[in-house]
Amino acid sequence: MTAYLTSMRAIVLREALRFIHQRERFIAALVRPLVWLLVFAAGFRAALGLSIIPPYQTYITYETYIVPGLCGMILLFNGMQSSLSLVYDREMGSMKLLLTSPLPRGWLLFCKLLGSTAISILQVYAFLAIAAVFDIRMPAWGYVTALPALLVAGLMLGALGLLLSSFIKQLENFAGVMNFVIFPMFFLSSALYPLWKMAESSELLHDICAVNPFTHAVELIRFALYAELNPSALGWTLLAAAIFAAAALIGYDPARTRIGRRG
Amino acid sequence: MIRLTAMFSLLASTAMAGEIWVTNEKDDTISVISTETLEVVRTYETGERPRGILFNSDYSRVYICASDSNAVQVMDPNSGEILHELPSGDDPEQFVLHPDDRHLYIANEDDAITTVVDVETRKVVAQIDVGVEPEGMAVSPDGKIAITTSETTNMAHWIDTETQELFANTLVDSRPRHAEFIKDGAEMWVSSEIGGTLTVFDTATQTEKAKMSFEVQGVHPDRVQPVGFEFTAGDTHAFVALGPSNHVAVVNAETYEVEDYILVGRRVWHMDFNEDRSMLFTTNGVSGDVTVIDVEKREAIKSIKVGRFPWGAAFRPTGS
Repeated sequence: MTAYLTSMRAIVLREALRFIHQRERFIAALVRPLVWLLVFAAGFRAALGLSIIPPYQTYITYETYIVPGLCGMILLFNGMQSSLSLVYDREMGSMKLLLTSPLPRGWLLFCKLLGSTAISILQVYAFLAIAAVFDIRMPAWGYVTALPALLVAGLMLGALGLLLSSFIKQLENFAGVMNFVIFPMFFLSSALYPLWKMAESSELLHDICAVNPFTHAVELIRFALYAELNPSALGWTLLAAAIFAAAALIGYDPARTRIGRRG
Repeated sequence: MIRLTAMFSLLASTAMAGEIWVTNEKDDTISVISTETLEVVRTYETGERPRGILFNSDYSRVYICASDSNAVQVMDPNSGEILHELPSGDDPEQFVLHPDDRHLYIANEDDAITTVVDVETRKVVAQIDVGVEPEGMAVSPDGKIAITTSETTNMAHWIDTETQELFANTLVDSRPRHAEFIKDGAEMWVSSEIGGTLTVFDTATQTEKAKMSFEVQGVHPDRVQPVGFEFTAGDTHAFVALGPSNHVAVVNAETYEVEDYILVGRRVWHMDFNEDRSMLFTTNGVSGDVTVIDVEKREAIKSIKVGRFPWGAAFRPTGS
């Protein structure tokens, strides 16, 4: 048991150290959603208010609407960023070192996932604090109840990153992830527009958004930020996390591993 | 969806029990909202196009301006039964009850008159010629002065309640909608819908003392139309409904400066507080709902669906 905890501590600590040493990464991770919040959302301010949809109890401005989606954006980009770092680790050889540990591979990957999710959550709270400075606030309890939702959403998106990293051979291929995973996932979700708004323009787009796991992650966070539970969003996010994690485990299976071939 | 916190019930439990009665102009109904649960608990039928609504001093009667029925209806608030109608003159829109609890001053929009009705004898006591399209009505706390504002003449008409005659007329900005006396009657405030202003008069001299205008970020000035307003405890601040700008302004009644804007439903029109004035309920005509504002935090906390085109609002403590 001690070995398990020691490995977890070591992997999470390594993630934290890597994060601390890359201050630009922290700033970049914050700047991205802040630009969306303070520039993009300002253009769509909706001074006359958006219609009431759950979990909101009254009319809200667009800035308020977009905040949970931007929390999701931080988790999504970080999940992908950690997949990028896994590819880097593999190229540098430190991945091989990690995976030769006698502990189960699944445990090692879970620790890696946990470490990167914890870092993402820190960034989300930093973002929420800055949003609060700009008077975009959630109910006080919401900041607490959002934590488990952020953890579940972060693990799901991290697992997706893990899965992708098992298929990406070189760092150069990461641009494809941006174009074919991050952007479609973000834009085809409820992060920027409510789903009913999507349905107004295209039923097909609405249906795509509705099956996008990122939509469910965002809705899970949105409700949690208002101290509410959205059971269907939680269910879909957990299911997606389980599928991505299982697929990632297969991807990192030594029997079929590309790592083995490369090493 | 499962609520994890009982935020609203907690908030409401600190407030005193009561109800907000809201007239629904297009549904010919009144929606009754509990100030504890913040939900509609009852709906009553009324005459056609109910607008102005108020209670008598012991809350045993509710008066309703049924504009298209050309009557003021008197309802028993405990049963919802219409007891009788008062001769109101044509198209009554707003009214005010004299502190004697007996004389109702009614603005007759189509006839350019203010009708004074004795609610006990149910007879018209006086009809006073005022400007075109009278609307806003107010009476001073000592009961000596009544005000009618006329939308087209753009005036506040000062009525001596002893002689039932005008003793002064003061110009205000375009389309005055609502009037209120504050500070024990020392000041009289009038909102001007098209002018986009709120004018403060010194009651003793009937002269203008201050004027406020409003600017809501991101909203065209034409949409910023002050209509109903109410004052917090101690008359320190006014909450002003800004019509189609979908905002309520918070005005400091000492400095006459606008301190805040709060987003509410569409075309906010009139409002009333709960008993301890910790919550404000605004009627939002176009969106058909009532927004509840936490007065201390100056935040909208909930919007409650009512009937179509809610117009007036009046508070009554429960158990009365």
